[in-house]
Amino acid sequence: METAASTLPAFGPALPEIALAVGALLLLLVGAFRKVSPTRGISWAVVALFALVAVLVAGQGDIHAATFGGMFVIDPFTRFIKLLVLLAAALSVIMSVTFIRRENMDRFEFPILIALAALGMIMMVSSNSLIALYLGLELQSLSIYVIAAFNRDSARSSEAGLKYFVLGALSSGLLLYGSSLVYGFTGSVDYQTIAAAISTSHPSVGLIFGLVFILAALAFKISAVPFHMWTPDVYEGAPTPVTALMASAPKVAAMALIIRVLFTAFPGITPEWKQIIVFVSIASMVLGAFAAIGQSNIKRLMAYSSIGHMGYVLVGVAAGTVEGLRGVLIYLAIYVVMNAGVFCVILGMRRAGEQVENIADLAGLSRSRPMVAFLLAMLMFSLAGIPPLAGFFAKFYVFMAAIKANLYLLSVIGVLSSVVGAYYYLRIVKVMYFDEPASALEAPLSRELSVVLGLSGLFTLLFFVYPAPLVEGAQAAAAALLP
Amino acid sequence: MSMINDGNILSLVTFLPVVGALLILLFRGDEATVARNARYAALWTTLLTFALSLYIWWHFDASTASFQFVQKVDWLGGAISYHMGVDGISMLFVILTTFLMPACILASWNSINTRVREYMIAFLILETLMIGVFCALDLVLFYLFFEGGLIPMFLIIGVWGGKRRIYASFKFFLYTLLGSVLMLLAIMAMYWDAGTTDIPTLLAHDFSSSMQTWLWLAFFASFAVKMPMWPVHTWLPDAHVEAPTAGSVILAGIMLKMGGYGFLRFSLPMFPVASADFAPLIFALSVIAVVYTSLVALVQEDIKKLIAYSSIAHMGFVTMGIFAATQQGVQGGIFQMLSHGWVSGALFLCVGVIYDRLHTREIAAYGGLVNRMPLYAVAFLIFTMANVGLPGTSGFVGEFLTLVGTFKVNTWVAFIAATGVILSAAYALYLYRRVVFGALEKDTLKNILDLNMREVVTLLPLIAATIFFGVYPSPVFDVTAVSVEHLIANYTAAVEAHRVAEAGRTALDALHLIATR
Repeated sequence: METAASTLPAFGPALPEIALAVGALLLLLVGAFRKVSPTRGISWAVVALFALVAVLVAGQGDIHAATFGGMFVIDPFTRFIKLLVLLAAALSVIMSVTFIRRENMDRFEFPILIALAALGMIMMVSSNSLIALYLGLELQSLSIYVIAAFNRDSARSSEAGLKYFVLGALSSGLLLYGSSLVYGFTGSVDYQTIAAAISTSHPSVGLIFGLVFILAALAFKISAVPFHMWTPDVYEGAPTPVTALMASAPKVAAMALIIRVLFTAFPGITPEWKQIIVFVSIASMVLGAFAAIGQSNIKRLMAYSSIGHMGYVLVGVAAGTVEGLRGVLIYLAIYVVMNAGVFCVILGMRRAGEQVENIADLAGLSRSRPMVAFLLAMLMFSLAGIPPLAGFFAKFYVFMAAIKANLYLLSVIGVLSSVVGAYYYLRIVKVMYFDEPASALEAPLSRELSVVLGLSGLFTLLFFVYPAPLVEGAQAAAAALLP
Repeated sequence: MSMINDGNILSLVTFLPVVGALLILLFRGDEATVARNARYAALWTTLLTFALSLYIWWHFDASTASFQFVQKVDWLGGAISYHMGVDGISMLFVILTTFLMPACILASWNSINTRVREYMIAFLILETLMIGVFCALDLVLFYLFFEGGLIPMFLIIGVWGGKRRIYASFKFFLYTLLGSVLMLLAIMAMYWDAGTTDIPTLLAHDFSSSMQTWLWLAFFASFAVKMPMWPVHTWLPDAHVEAPTAGSVILAGIMLKMGGYGFLRFSLPMFPVASADFAPLIFALSVIAVVYTSLVALVQEDIKKLIAYSSIAHMGFVTMGIFAATQQGVQGGIFQMLSHGWVSGALFLCVGVIYDRLHTREIAAYGGLVNRMPLYAVAFLIFTMANVGLPGTSGFVGEFLTLVGTFKVNTWVAFIAATGVILSAAYALYLYRRVVFGALEKDTLKNILDLNMREVVTLLPLIAATIFFGVYPSPVFDVTAVSVEHLIANYTAAVEAHRVAEAGRTALDALHLIATR
């Protein structure tokens, strides 16, 4: 013990996080001392920083390592998730560049807050104890509370930020309460010690309560039913690039957390948590499918869509096998890319100098901007899970795992709700292609949006040609967590 | 090695239309030029595809039941591969698809004037996906092609369709998807049971009889909707009526056949025990379809709707013949599908001809066309007779064989289905009389023009096929015979083995009961 206290912990495994933290703080200093608005430069600097961190993460290789007294771990699973989180965060920064200047939110803190949120995410992905988990989660949440309310002059944006904050604080409370129960009944906050304690004794009611509270808090973060109520309002009110961020990176990170907590700390009570996951999954898929039907605002629609998609991801978690995890990782990766493409189009929806958000505003887009309409249509078919688009493979792998795990009822409900979901995705295609044009939307997309949309569309369209890299990467990452 | 060889011909034929579609995407210029170039490019692409597909028929070895022109490439890993190949059951469907496509492009020549480029691209992509369905030798690949076809068809109906196009396109898409997702789950279950989705391997795999029941039902959900069988046929009249002419041709001519093909490729050989168990259900549904939809067809006021209902009735003969599981029944089912492919396609083309001139599908709006359109009257007559099943046309052969095949298995089913033949004569002749015969009284028809050159060229090959295969059906049976024999032999053996095992188990149980007493 003495030697451990007197020497510093190994910083190597945490190098990407340290680089991101230092980089973000440096950029904050740069921003504070520059007279002219440095937002654009700092945005691109943040993207470059994400790229650097991603290189560092990727460069760590296939190692399993722990540091900071075992509270921080890295392995191929964390690497996969971190790369995905960084990609999603970078995409939302890129998508915000033009938007924040146009919408009078031109303040350099915006990209830096996204960087800090991403830092929180990749920290919590590597957490190996409930304390580290909480720290990462709060850093992420606090940053996002601020950017959700970033448009100070907009009542809706402030409302979104406040709503997210109040409910987010509640979920943090749940998490802490659950963690303290788990600590009380197992004597530790360290995942492996918790797992060991559970394996040697019969799980007590208190422990189960603790697990339920932790799961409730994490379900809040992935906006799974029944903890989804905040999602439509916050998605609608928050500035669109923030919505794009909230729908992707934090979901990926929180899903990774759920997986790590369940699979490394609570493998001893799998039947207990499995039924919770199955219920949450079914509820999310069904509510996501049915509640989206009546929406007229496309951001709200995407909110319900994301609720549904988290339900499908949870199908893979419920399977609880390597195949299930692989399905989850493939699903998350494809979802992040599709999501970015859709939000590019939403960001490009402008008429008479105003951002518009109604689905009806897309009417006749196939005539005024055929390429954008085509890509959005393909993304919609993909979100609906129609082959041969990428979204089909996402669903394919999770349901494949569920069938192997004999979760037949879950699978049948899942695929049937995907048919219901197809209805509202088709509705967007219908508005663009079948309806008479409304007055045309303004000006083409800004260059960075076109690039992101194009790449996202290409990935969605051509994924089936060469799916091996993603599938194999996900396989390796999943196998690392579940030996 | 030449550019075209047995190992890549199927992929070439399958993906050539997509190449054509990409080419059309590159066209620049004003709208009229692009439209004209797109039409020609699509026509040449489909003609070239047809010519290439004849290579398959030419080099096809009819003496074996194994898969030919096989190509296998690693794809998703885990024994899911890009695996293409055809046998006697699937090969002619590939030819049917490539044969009908040029007719579809020609039929859209003047009737489609908006977004021509997108229209042609949608059709070419659809062609790729349809050919792929019949060539795929991997279940996941099959599903990809099978479901992928929904996207272009949804757009074709929704963008270029009639008044109720939006309702029809949504109904078509969601109905078909609903059936198919259950099949997808079944495919996954098969993967975990057999360790692969490779079709030739699965054909040799024995699924337990309880599992067969569930798998059969899941596949049935998909194929029954696609076919369509009563009572899940209601999407079809809407989709057929609202789709543009060429869309109806594709729907009736090829997409319906995917259901029958699915029964033949998967349900019968992979789940023989369940197929035998469920055969009475299929018979019942088929007979209802034949009689009920024929009666419904009798009272239709809309020409397209009448033909749509008659399609459902004809598909009833197909399902009946397939599940009779006799040589004649299955051969007849395949022949009926092929024949119905060009006959119903041609009927929709005939409707398209007069729709282009008068822009209505109401039967009451026509009458006495023979006076001004003698050529049209002849063509329409030939296809009407083929639809009725007159001997000497291809419609007769299939219907007759399915009835013969079913008669051996269940006389009553064959008896009731045979009344459908009479009913089909009733509605088809009644339609023909109202549209073509009589005095030309309506002012709107006074100046109507007969078939032009393009329409003659479109219909002539279909007339040739109808008469040729009606008089001389052997080329088709030569191709299918060995594969069907093989299919029936395996099916009978599997069902027999199961019966024996069941009987053995019952006997053992009885012995056990006696012993314990």
